[in-house]
Amino acid sequence: MPRFVNRRPGRAARVILAALPFALAIGAYAIGSHIRLSENPNDKLLPSFTALADGFTRFAIEPDRRTGDILLWVDTLASLSRLAAGIALSTLLGLVVGIGVGLLPYVRASMAGFLAVLSMIPPLSVLPILFIVFGLGELSKVMLIVFGVAPFLMRDIALRVGELPAEQIVKAQTLGASTWQIITRVVLPQVWPRLIDAVRLSLGAAWLFLIAAEAIASESGLGYRIFLLRRYLAMDVILPYVAWITLLAFTFDWALRHLQARAFPWFAGEGRGRS
Amino acid sequence: MTAVSIRNVWKDYDGQVVLENISFDVAPHSFVSLVGPSGCGKSTFLRMLLSQEAPSRGEIRVEGEPLASEPMPDRGMVFQKYSVYPHLTALENVALGLELERSPLLGRLFGARRRAVLEEAAAGLEAVGLAPARDKYPSQLSGGMQQRLAIAQALIKKPRILLLDEPFGALDPGIRADIHDLMLDLWWNTKMTVFMVSHDLREAFYLGTRVIAFDRTRTRPEEQAAYGATITFDIPLDPADPIKARIRAAEDAAAKDLDLPVSIQTNGI
Ligand SMILES: Nc1ncnc2c1ncn2[C@@H]1O[C@H](COP(=O)(O)OP(=O)(O)OP(=O)(O)O)[C@@H](O)[C@H]1O
Ligand SMILES: [Mg+2]
Repeated sequence: MPRFVNRRPGRAARVILAALPFALAIGAYAIGSHIRLSENPNDKLLPSFTALADGFTRFAIEPDRRTGDILLWVDTLASLSRLAAGIALSTLLGLVVGIGVGLLPYVRASMAGFLAVLSMIPPLSVLPILFIVFGLGELSKVMLIVFGVAPFLMRDIALRVGELPAEQIVKAQTLGASTWQIITRVVLPQVWPRLIDAVRLSLGAAWLFLIAAEAIASESGLGYRIFLLRRYLAMDVILPYVAWITLLAFTFDWALRHLQARAFPWFAGEGRGRS
Repeated sequence: MTAVSIRNVWKDYDGQVVLENISFDVAPHSFVSLVGPSGCGKSTFLRMLLSQEAPSRGEIRVEGEPLASEPMPDRGMVFQKYSVYPHLTALENVALGLELERSPLLGRLFGARRRAVLEEAAAGLEAVGLAPARDKYPSQLSGGMQQRLAIAQALIKKPRILLLDEPFGALDPGIRADIHDLMLDLWWNTKMTVFMVSHDLREAFYLGTRVIAFDRTRTRPEEQAAYGATITFDIPLDPADPIKARIRAAEDAAAKDLDLPVSIQTNGI
């Protein structure tokens, strides 16, 4: 009998093992919901699967009676545009500052300490300041995401750039490269796949800050809707919304991973490109 | 055809002397093999020749001119590792030096100009026997192929001086023999001056027109910080000597563990 560390599941076993925790979670929910509903048919806490499907249909397919909009799409569009703006701005900052700090001693000397302090500020604690400075509109929500995610991206990219072997930078100089050319031909192309990893890791935090900002001050968005429905204990809609957000987040993560493998085939060969 | 002159060069790191008073002159088109025990400062010496680091004292002149203060294309380098770029194919790695020169802003060429550069790079790859691997990434190449690629990449800039830091250390003997002959051809045809660090005395003697050994002459612990390595022997070799004679010289030296008779411990010819 080989040791447990050396025993590997076959193909079928792997599929079953992967599905098992999902099945258990759904099964536990179904049982819990059944018990509560048989005691009190009006229980709101664990709605039945049909109730969940109804709730989802009401928000995702039928237009809202008051506005005529399909609320799930309106909310999704609002949230995703905030998320995209926040991530795009953070990525740009992460690239510019990260490459500067990682490659240029002068920028590092001036920025490294500041960044270390900046990234220790709890982003939610500055949310009131953001609302005061940027108003209650879209900008303050985007800025919260930037505040929460950009310091991490800047520091991570700086670290990744610093990890490039010094030989590569010296070699580029012997090939005649200027500082700018070192950035465009040696550093930047090798940062892209690492940036994708960093963005994947920061997406969770970005969602957190997005939903927090929407919960506090907004008229649309997935986070706004969940917190609004909380007042009515409308679990039949909240749960599908949470599932929808999870699906979106999972899809982005999956897409980024595949983009990395497709666009940067050399990166997997580096031995560092495992997800 | 480039003469190099090293004058009273010292190097210390925070008071720890690594190299002590190194002086020698190198004739144009020499192939200098640098040998010595691990940690004696051979790589440090190459880094100074490359201007990656500056000597603490003394100076290095090339054709009578002081070295530029930073690495320049007149001196090519092949490191033991990490010489080639993992994100570029073999062909792109070789073309890089040309693209950087011809496109100052982007460092990248397009269209017909790019095709011209790739053609030139393909000839460079051909010269080191890598034509079939032109579209592979370095991680798909063997160690020997990667080092040949690094050589082609450095040679495309036509450096006057080529610096090699244990370039063939990781290769098995069969591949090494091939690469040695390739190296000799390239050295002969390009008229470069070559400095090669090697741990392998056979290789040092086989390729070199001159073998220089660094070592610490004072090894008592209390002397370690204040004294660095210096030249302990310096053997000119006649490239016209039959290979067998040169290999025999290498084996003699190895047998005596570098403890050469005083008669050939000539410091700086
Ligand atoms: N940047 C540095 N800072 C401090 N000490 C250094 C630095 N670089 C090298 N040294 C020291 O200088 C000495 C020589 O190092 P070097 O790498 O030149 O040796 P080497 O002869 O190339 O050895 P090997 O054959 O193992 O490659 C070593 O003792 C090393 O600890
Ligand atoms: Mg070394």
